[in-house]
Amino acid sequence: MNLGIPSYLGSFTELLVDHLAMALGASLLGLVVALPLGLLCVRRPQWYPPVLAGASVLYSIPSLAFFVLLIAFTGISRTTVVIPLAVYTLAVLIPNVVDGLRAVPESVRQSATAMGYSETRRLLTVDLPIALPTVLAGLRVATVANISMVSVGALIGMGAFGSLFTAAVQLDRLGLAITGIVVTVVMALVVDAALLGVQWLATPWLRRTRTQGRTRTQGRTRTQGRTRRSAR
Amino acid sequence: MNTLLHYLGEYFGTSANWTGPGGIPTRLREHFGYTVLALGLAFGIAFPLGLWTGHTGRGGAVVTLIANSARALPTYGLLVLLVVLSGIGLVPVLIPLLALAIPPILLNTYEGIRGVDPALTDAARGMGMTRRQVLFGAQLPVALPLILVGTRTAAVQIVATATIAAAVSFGGVGRPIVDGLARNDYTLVVGGAALAAVCSLVVLAIFAGLRRLLVSPGLR
Repeated sequence: MNLGIPSYLGSFTELLVDHLAMALGASLLGLVVALPLGLLCVRRPQWYPPVLAGASVLYSIPSLAFFVLLIAFTGISRTTVVIPLAVYTLAVLIPNVVDGLRAVPESVRQSATAMGYSETRRLLTVDLPIALPTVLAGLRVATVANISMVSVGALIGMGAFGSLFTAAVQLDRLGLAITGIVVTVVMALVVDAALLGVQWLATPWLRRTRTQGRTRTQGRTRTQGRTRRSAR
Repeated sequence: MNTLLHYLGEYFGTSANWTGPGGIPTRLREHFGYTVLALGLAFGIAFPLGLWTGHTGRGGAVVTLIANSARALPTYGLLVLLVVLSGIGLVPVLIPLLALAIPPILLNTYEGIRGVDPALTDAARGMGMTRRQVLFGAQLPVALPLILVGTRTAAVQIVATATIAAAVSFGGVGRPIVDGLARNDYTLVVGGAALAAVCSLVVLAIFAGLRRLLVSPGLR
């Protein structure tokens, strides 16, 4: 696929891999930090307000400013782009992890303990799977936002498909800008659908009964109010 | 860390940076000016729409679709698109700002009004309130926290987008960042980034204040 991308920017595949690696890497990093942090907030509720407040403050820092402030620590590299995006993912995910874990019915939790499940086993095999739809809803929001925000990295030279936008200005080519936008949106839609697929595969108990599951936890928790963040 | 503090000290310590057309007050004024303008416009468009769709219940699917697709749009891409199309100026920057700020306000207003307890709406109607009274007297106050969250999200989004807009010759606090990157002058870069962070913190503080002022104590 050529799409009129100037060759000095790299091939379409190179850009694609670069872009997705940064966006998905940031999502994964954010998830890996959000899970234990969210768990901490559920176990010790007094930590939740400060953690949430801290996350909100970090979330509000404009992405360009965040990238640039990290240059002093991580230089001009992909890490400088991935870390802020991971922080934004974290900020979106923590409420979802907390709400998801809290939504586990107490009766279910007690049954597991009564059956002899250790705390850890119960957590991994009972609580987390039940919380999965809520967490994945947040992850989808965050990943879509990450995919669009990687483009901003172009301003420090690490933007994958964002470099198309810089080239569009320099070469005065409208088509490049349109290509960049379309590619980004398509990537976001595909990854969103893939994550939905992951959710469908990972929650077979929600598939069995037609009355519950799918629409109950998706779309309500934490997709409200987080609709911005297409890039900052 | 020391490097950062050094640059910060240098940027805010140089008195030349506090005066003139490129000075800190000017940059802040530009940035806040555009933020207020864009937020006002976005609110003026999205709020009534959200109220109407929320109150009547129609158009929910469209609202959700708009909100979800806006998240996928790259900010930098939209800015570049508009500037290559219509040159440098206020309107080419304003359009992406509005495009990214309207969805959160619209979605949250819609969700806020829809989320009002039907029993409350019923009681209001039962008390003889007219449709307008029900909306503004009963539903809106209850929906207000969510609406404020959405507006705050939009405001933060605008501040961030305006920062990036410096890459297409906009002014504001992004200007020192972009110029500094071009000249390898990290004093400017760090200073600009600090200003941008300050702007977003001020926005957060303003909305925290608005929340205390406007939201009924019974809801907090």
